[in-house]
Amino acid sequence: MENKVVTVSMKNITKRFGEIIANDSVNLDIYKGEILALLGENGSGKTTLMNMLSGIYYPDEGQIFINNEEKVIASPRDAFELGIGMVHQHFKLVDVLTATENIVLGLDGKLDLKKASAKIREICRKYGFDVDPDQKVYDMSVSEKQTVEIVKVLYRGADILILDEPTAVLTPQETDRLFAILRNMKEDGKSIIIITHKMHEVLSISDRVAVLRKGTYVGDLRTKETTAQEMTEMMVGHAVELNIERPDPVDPKPRIEVKNLTVRNEEGILKLEDVSFTANSGEILGIAGISGCGQKELLEAIAGLQPAESGSVCYIEDDGSKDELLKKDPRQIQEMGVTLSFVPEDRLGMGLVGNMDMSDNMMLRSFRKGPTPFTDRKSPRKLAKKVVKDLDVVTPGISTPVRRLSGGNVQKVLVGREIASAPKVLLTAYAVRGLDINSSYTIYDLINRQKKAGVAVIYVGEDLDVLLEISDRILVMCGGKVSGIIDGRTATKNKVGMMMTRIGGEGFDEQ
Amino acid sequence: MIDLVSFIPRAVVQGIPLLYGSTGETLTEKAGNLNLGIPGVMYVGAISGVIGSFFYEQSGEINGFLAIAIPLLCSLAGSLIMGLIYCFLTVTLRANQNVTGLAMTTFGIGFGNFFGGSLIKLAGSDVPSIALSKTSAYFSHALPFADKLGWFGKIFLSYGFLAYASIAIALVTSRIIRHTRVGLHLRAVGESPTTADAAGINVTRYKYFATCIGCMIAGLGGLYYVMDYACGVWSNDAFGDRGWLAIALVIFTIWRPSIGIFASILFGGLYILYLFIPTGMDHMEIKELYKMIPYVVTLVVLVITSIRSKRENQPPASLGLAYFREER
Amino acid sequence: MNSKKKEPLLHIVKRGDVKWYVAWAIRLAAIVLALIVSGILTTALTGLNPLDVYKTIVTGAFGTARKSWITVQDISILLIISLAVTPAFRMRFWNVGGEGQVLAGALAAAACMICLGEKLPNAAVIVCMVISSILAGGLWGFVPAFFKAKWNTNETLCTLMMNYIATQLVAYYTILWEVPKGSGKIGIINQNTNIGWLPEIGNKYLLCIIIAVVSTVLMYIYLNYSKHGYEISVVGESEHTARYVGIKVEKVIVRTMILSGAVCGLAGLLLVGSINHTVTTTIAGGQGFTAVMVSWLAKFNPLGMILTSLLIVFLGRGAGEISTAFSLNHSFSDILTGIILFFVIGCEFFITYKVNFRKKATGKEAK
Repeated sequence: MENKVVTVSMKNITKRFGEIIANDSVNLDIYKGEILALLGENGSGKTTLMNMLSGIYYPDEGQIFINNEEKVIASPRDAFELGIGMVHQHFKLVDVLTATENIVLGLDGKLDLKKASAKIREICRKYGFDVDPDQKVYDMSVSEKQTVEIVKVLYRGADILILDEPTAVLTPQETDRLFAILRNMKEDGKSIIIITHKMHEVLSISDRVAVLRKGTYVGDLRTKETTAQEMTEMMVGHAVELNIERPDPVDPKPRIEVKNLTVRNEEGILKLEDVSFTANSGEILGIAGISGCGQKELLEAIAGLQPAESGSVCYIEDDGSKDELLKKDPRQIQEMGVTLSFVPEDRLGMGLVGNMDMSDNMMLRSFRKGPTPFTDRKSPRKLAKKVVKDLDVVTPGISTPVRRLSGGNVQKVLVGREIASAPKVLLTAYAVRGLDINSSYTIYDLINRQKKAGVAVIYVGEDLDVLLEISDRILVMCGGKVSGIIDGRTATKNKVGMMMTRIGGEGFDEQ
Repeated sequence: MIDLVSFIPRAVVQGIPLLYGSTGETLTEKAGNLNLGIPGVMYVGAISGVIGSFFYEQSGEINGFLAIAIPLLCSLAGSLIMGLIYCFLTVTLRANQNVTGLAMTTFGIGFGNFFGGSLIKLAGSDVPSIALSKTSAYFSHALPFADKLGWFGKIFLSYGFLAYASIAIALVTSRIIRHTRVGLHLRAVGESPTTADAAGINVTRYKYFATCIGCMIAGLGGLYYVMDYACGVWSNDAFGDRGWLAIALVIFTIWRPSIGIFASILFGGLYILYLFIPTGMDHMEIKELYKMIPYVVTLVVLVITSIRSKRENQPPASLGLAYFREER
Repeated sequence: MNSKKKEPLLHIVKRGDVKWYVAWAIRLAAIVLALIVSGILTTALTGLNPLDVYKTIVTGAFGTARKSWITVQDISILLIISLAVTPAFRMRFWNVGGEGQVLAGALAAAACMICLGEKLPNAAVIVCMVISSILAGGLWGFVPAFFKAKWNTNETLCTLMMNYIATQLVAYYTILWEVPKGSGKIGIINQNTNIGWLPEIGNKYLLCIIIAVVSTVLMYIYLNYSKHGYEISVVGESEHTARYVGIKVEKVIVRTMILSGAVCGLAGLLLVGSINHTVTTTIAGGQGFTAVMVSWLAKFNPLGMILTSLLIVFLGRGAGEISTAFSLNHSFSDILTGIILFFVIGCEFFITYKVNFRKKATGKEAK
């Protein structure tokens, strides 16, 4: 580490999107044979900066030096030729093609898929990947897709690998395996840049940390010589309290009762199998699991968006009477007098309409009110103004299309609308995904306030640290089944991680 | 009973323009461009060939090679220009593909009929059409032995070279799309331009090339129609709605030109079926209902293919969408 | 600069908000540019003074009172058809079947005139015409919508095929009803009795104009202020969101397309009952397709469509006049319309994006 060789040097890089400055004269050096963690909040310009290195964007100003020679990276192809490869957060794979076809995409010469497959197998052996070159991408799990992405970069002989939030979609165990592979690559002399905002990962994998804040470069640190607290403060710009409140539930009563719920998706694949649990009022029920193992279907089944094969979902009134929610659409559920709010994972694709302004989005839930065939435009406008004021939404005005807002503000608009109806049940899916720290804490606070108001909250999350801090109980899912329900106050991260991959977490002997 | 030996060749010659059109459109759609301008392109392809041929015939001497080369090159150039207009608007300027396509069709049909009409006037003929029999003869020249081999010759050997070329082009296109690197890249561009771009494929270039070559192929369909099928007789609006049927065929053939060979002949058959169904003299109006058959069949096929949708049989995922790298 | 590779000369970036007057200035510039190109083209083909060409366009559209009335009437019909296809487009349903829906309405109106003309009093015939043409248009809209809602069948091709089916139906009835036999056309229906001819208000053009104005206002209110209109917008933007708030997407698709078809049917009624008093396979004259562009150019705003349909009809009639005056083929107007559309379609790019010319050597950015 001491006689370091600079392989990449980015100087005074500036990039604007319209009026937004994504990167403001950033300087960054990358050394040979190191793992650099690029740390920053969402919206701090980490991905934009790396996209310029991999040729997706072109900088408005500044220069890039590779091995001390100034280079122009005008396209991804230029980047490959310079040995730079990037694994994007949203995988860039063609679903209808096989792994091999995806990997050789963009290369020159005669197409020889057999030879390519052999070379792919060779790479897999060398670094310890497990992937079937002839499998179609649409049949793959998320971690398999990620493997294909990494192999694709290695296949091209990249020496500089950029990984954009690679662990967001992985279980703790898969993450460990990935990190082992990354260390192999480092031994092989490759430089690796990993974009992340998870502190513990930075500490466990990286040699050095570079921090970005609001598009500017703050500085770099040796990982060995720093702490999570110091990095967070560099990232956010001021001291932050990293604790989430967890008040004790007040007078919990059963509110939602799910019994033997079984759901198949449109292709007939079993997504939920015999799921049973009860969610109580005044309590947060956390739901943990690898992404795509039934959380989405579970919430959608409760919200009336997902037809079920068998089982029941009951809403329980205060007096104990039960109403079946299955086989009803959201409108019928609303008409039954059940106030059920749902903050879906896909905010702009499902919860909100990106091209509409705030006040039109507020109307989504209420536009049917009123006896005339015409919509009432006044009360949504009032609600929009209230949400802006109460939740500190940063927006040019309530008539700006919501897709123009930043991720955190979009989420505030959505959550603000959903809790405006004073719900009895609140379903949230990945409520803080892609949000910066301040916005995340605003959302945690809003959810906790709902809990204190006696709402039954079902919170699907991906960050186990947060789930363990916020939930009263945690339901762990594994492959569409309930792996177990544990107490949030006593659970450990390892235990939950094991339960995510094996029903009941058998073979786990910590306690 | 329908006389197959006379029916099949007529179905084939009806099918060839459709095959050209659908092969061209398949190539275009594989790159993610939905070109609704194909009907216009085919008109332009036809009239450009006619203009070339007209002035060549006017010049006097007719030489077999030039009689084919001049209309062919004119036709290719005409449809290439249409392709470039479409690409410039939808790829470079990222305009809406549906609207651009419709405008191209308005323009192309207008262009065809305007110059067709002007040539008719120039030729000073009595009927509203022009006949280019001399050059046309070279286009419709059948293979040797065609009339000596009975039904075999009639069904397989009796067509002009453009008919055989259309089948060759369809097979080659199919092969390129499925088995070559260029085809792999093209599919990637149509499925997910972001992915293709990140893989270092020049999305713009692929879209331009696929669309322009697609237009040139489709334009040949127009040329075939007027120089071979119609024996060199151009009359306004005669080409009709074949361009739209060609677009429908693309879905019918699930984006495979090799299937298109059979499908287009089948459609060609449906197109002329009314001529072969006896109706009697009293009920000529029934024929108008028979002419509906190809459209009804298309509709039914569309519905059936949409009912049993398979992953591999879906249109390219980014079909109809403009690509902008820095979209966020 | 000693880099080997050339850097991109042009660099395209997306604009933020564009002021409405900037947007309209760009559009206006595109139209002016298109007119200049069209003028040059016309001059090249006819050898005329370009100014004469423009003058001819204007006199062609508004030269005499009668011409002006016909122009406004043409605008009205195109406007009604454009209004009809608009709800579908707001829903991102590519209805290119306006042509067939108009034809279906026209055929139904003509059928009432022919079959009921001698059996019912005039007023009753007219009522039947109104109802049946609206129903027929609605049916033509319903079929593709049903398939789309049920099996997600491609609506562009589906509506297209419905056009041809309608055309062939009209062709069939043309032969069935032809007067005199063997002429291949129906001729003016009820020429002596005038039964089924829609009443003239003031003069024979005004009825269409009034209906167009009323439809525009109603459609504007429907799309922008009604619950249905809101549902259409939500479905168009995102079907997931629509389901999420309990909107039945299938129902909205079918309902909206029936409306689309019904308004087209109304246009068919006017074409037969008020303008032509006969039906032919070409009575819609491609306006079903033109309407797509009218609607799109106006950004699906009914009030904007008044301007865009005026532009298209003005050009069409102007170019028609050029063709007649200089004895050119009538298709010339299609070429001019095509060119102008290319420019107007292309200019949207400059509203959404901005092109930067790169001059990195100086470290500055030229705008």
